[in-house]
Amino acid sequence: MSFHPNDVQRRARLASAAIFLATVFLAGSFFRTQVLQHSQYALQSEENRLREVPLPAPRGVIYDRNGLILAENLPGYSVSLLAPGVDSLRAALQRLSGTIPLSPEQVNQAVRRFRRAPNRPAVIFPDASFDVVSVLEEHRVEFPGLIIQSSPKRYYPDGPAMAAFVGYTGEINEAELASPTFTGYKAGQQVGKDGLERQYEALLRGREGTRFVEVDARGRVVREAGARQDLRPEAAPPLYTNIDLDLQRFVVEIFGDSLVGGVVAMEPKTGAVLALHSAPTFDPNRFIGGIPADYWRALNEDGRRPLYNKAIKGTYAPASTWKLATAVMAIEQGLVALDDHMPVACAGGYQYGNRRFKCWDKKGHGNVTLAQAIEVSCDVYFYQLGLKIGLSRLVAGGIEMGARERSGIDLPSETRSLFPSAPAVEYYNRRFGARGWSNAVSLNLAIGQGENSQTVVNMARFYSALATDGRAAQPRIVRGEAVHVPMFRLESEQLDGVQKALAGVVQRGTAAASQLRGVMLAGKTGTAQNPHDPNRDHAWFVGFAPADDARIVVAVMLEFGLHGSRAARIASKIIEHYLRVRPEQALSTEGD
Amino acid sequence: MTPVRRRLADPTLVAIALALSLFGIAMVYSAGQTDVPTAVAKVYRQQIVWFVLGLTVAYAISRASVRFLDWVTVPAYASSLVLLFLLLFIGAGAGTAASTKSWLAIGGVRLGQPSELAKIAVVLMLARLLASRKTAPKSLIDLWQPALAVFVPWVLIMRQPDLGTGIVFVGIFFAMLFWAGASWQLLVLVASPVVSLVLAFSTGLWGAWFLVLIALVLWYKPYLLEGVVVVLANVVTGVVAPILWDRLNPYQQKRLLVFLDPSTDPQASGYHVIQSQVAIGSGGWLGKGFTQGSQKRLAFLPAQHTDFIFPVVGEELGFLGVTIALALFLFLLLRSVRIAARSADPFPSLVAFGLVSAWFVHIVVNIGMTLNLLPITGIPLPFFSYGGSFMLMCWLSVGMLGRISSEGRGPADTLVI
Repeated sequence: MSFHPNDVQRRARLASAAIFLATVFLAGSFFRTQVLQHSQYALQSEENRLREVPLPAPRGVIYDRNGLILAENLPGYSVSLLAPGVDSLRAALQRLSGTIPLSPEQVNQAVRRFRRAPNRPAVIFPDASFDVVSVLEEHRVEFPGLIIQSSPKRYYPDGPAMAAFVGYTGEINEAELASPTFTGYKAGQQVGKDGLERQYEALLRGREGTRFVEVDARGRVVREAGARQDLRPEAAPPLYTNIDLDLQRFVVEIFGDSLVGGVVAMEPKTGAVLALHSAPTFDPNRFIGGIPADYWRALNEDGRRPLYNKAIKGTYAPASTWKLATAVMAIEQGLVALDDHMPVACAGGYQYGNRRFKCWDKKGHGNVTLAQAIEVSCDVYFYQLGLKIGLSRLVAGGIEMGARERSGIDLPSETRSLFPSAPAVEYYNRRFGARGWSNAVSLNLAIGQGENSQTVVNMARFYSALATDGRAAQPRIVRGEAVHVPMFRLESEQLDGVQKALAGVVQRGTAAASQLRGVMLAGKTGTAQNPHDPNRDHAWFVGFAPADDARIVVAVMLEFGLHGSRAARIASKIIEHYLRVRPEQALSTEGD
Repeated sequence: MTPVRRRLADPTLVAIALALSLFGIAMVYSAGQTDVPTAVAKVYRQQIVWFVLGLTVAYAISRASVRFLDWVTVPAYASSLVLLFLLLFIGAGAGTAASTKSWLAIGGVRLGQPSELAKIAVVLMLARLLASRKTAPKSLIDLWQPALAVFVPWVLIMRQPDLGTGIVFVGIFFAMLFWAGASWQLLVLVASPVVSLVLAFSTGLWGAWFLVLIALVLWYKPYLLEGVVVVLANVVTGVVAPILWDRLNPYQQKRLLVFLDPSTDPQASGYHVIQSQVAIGSGGWLGKGFTQGSQKRLAFLPAQHTDFIFPVVGEELGFLGVTIALALFLFLLLRSVRIAARSADPFPSLVAFGLVSAWFVHIVVNIGMTLNLLPITGIPLPFFSYGGSFMLMCWLSVGMLGRISSEGRGPADTLVI
């Protein structure tokens, strides 16, 4: 054995150098990890330790024009579970179901929510009853990942009365999460699903807060507070609407549960929507926090289609209410004046080619002026007027008056009204084939039948132009600047004449039963052929009051309403309620 | 020799070891401070008891002369072998290595891990065998006795199975051969089959290694038979082993891997290493504060009182604490190397260096593991990791080194390293 001191010292130096280098290498590695990569690991450590519990922000309260509440937030609770993985979540849910019964659907839903956002607590009961919460609070220690969270619940005090426009809220779904509209949203958040809630989601949502809870490696909550400063949720500012809750309630009351149809009442000058209703209605409160399956089924199986919004979604032939459009475009183009007659007097029908077009009144109206024809809604007069205007101008004029547009009301999913496109000949060729149609379509178009199907809200908009100065006001539920769309250009005497003729409809004509004492009501009835059931026509009335200085426009459409005069009576009651005047009892001829 | 030196064998070494022990006990205490109920909340008390016992043992052994160590070598080695052999039948598992048989237990009470005693016994035995030679080992044939002395306990320990301790034995073996004056070429030749096995995964690397080896054999000119044996061993481990390996079914491969490293399955160990790195990295310069490490408090860090105690240092005391701990280890090792170098006789010198090498392997493998520089093998960190036998072994080493130091020639400080 070589143990000369020099050899030993050489080896000692080698060994010491090796030890020194190894230590320096280790120290260098620690320096890299602890100092150079510190931020990355610090973040990872925070992610390990903290779980974000969302604190939902109260949505903006929605008010009517008089400060009455349309939508508010009630205190509510949501129950969720923090878990490190799907398996442990399932195990925890299994244990939880020993205390609180859980349906397999609820379990699957919770697992789905967990998969979407594993670092957030998986919601089990989005809207837990107080009973559930108190039972769980009692057993809290047994469920270490359990989080019971106050979570404001949306509530519509007049729920069924405002189903047509207020919409509802619900948990954001996969499709919404993926869409650019909802950038920045997180799984599990409540979002507006329809109506104002959807339209004004950005204003109503507020800002979600975050509570940080500390969890251990198995996802059990170790510390509920103080782990890190909470981010307080910020409530959204209130939303002020033009709705007149009193009028809205009245409208809903009139429709009751028996009538089916849609109503829009608005200020003609500003477009401020005072009331909007679709009957039959439903209770949007029951949609909050998940629509109960049986309720959903019942609504879908109802033949009157409560979920189908008849004020903004349903389109119906405008029928005689459209005659005003025909009249206005003829006057505007100088083809006729209000006291002009047509060549053929009405004897209950009009022969065009080899086909006889009937007037609604078989007795005939005789030789009438345009003003009288409006009052009595004489079809024969308008057949001839339509021919005089000519098909392409009928179509172009209709388009000018917004017949192919949405009204632009601030609600999602408004349907675009249907009307031929220009040029008319091309449209009809495309639709029926070059030889499949004749100029007789002009006759139908002139009286609001044929290829014309309007939403109630769009008709209200058109009549706001008749009630004012030829400019229509875009309907608006939420307060804001009035937007006007020019529809036609008439001299003021001409417009006065048209308004007088419309007043005549209620004074002497087809809606004479709907007169009001002390206020001149103007409007036009319509009876639209129902393509599904010839014996159950849709009834229209679109009108405004007072006739010379309109403060309210009302469009009423009754599905299967049989006759426009019925719609007129409803509109009259609405206007009466709004303007606070008494109806004038009068007998009248019932007519179209 | 001063009177102080006589009472307190090598006070510098003892001071460093004391500092490390107190640091370690503080960390074991911290390891028990968690937000999650843990079984290790109170183990620091036991660790203090073991520490006091260790001090006693160290004092006792430092009172015995080196000749006593020489005398006790064979009985200690023999009894270690007997214990290790018995363990294969009566051994018990514990903690994360519950399936192994590394614990000696009687009536359910775990008495200790004989492999810790075996480490010292093997160091003594190797020192005795190597010191008895007139010259440094020059050929493989010269090494058969030391090799056998390590191989037998190594096999017994690998049968437990305890890969970590097995690695320590290999480290001790090579370090002591080096200290005995074996040439580096010889060491390379001995180690070459293992290198081949490691490089076998890459044909290019292995080929390069094989050429280097051939050159080495031609230059070093061992006996022909030895040269052939070494080259053949490399061929077998580098070429045949991978082929055989590939022909195994995956489950058989896994079984072999589990045999080699039973304490952890890959998935779990991956998680452990990541959490260990997160703990260390999140400590930053100064750490999160003593007992305040969130990774540890919230149970993200596994085995925070034993194998993964160093990440607790890193997380709670930061780079500063790590540097202090590493510096203490560095002082301990360098001081011990000095003691080995200063010793007048080969036997105590070899014993001292053997003990140093055991510590060194423990420190590097354990700390390297926490940073994912080395695979997880589950071996404790001297003076830090909780464990009675290990604490005793460490202080026994301190006592022996102290004695060797006090019997060394000349004042310790004359030696320049």
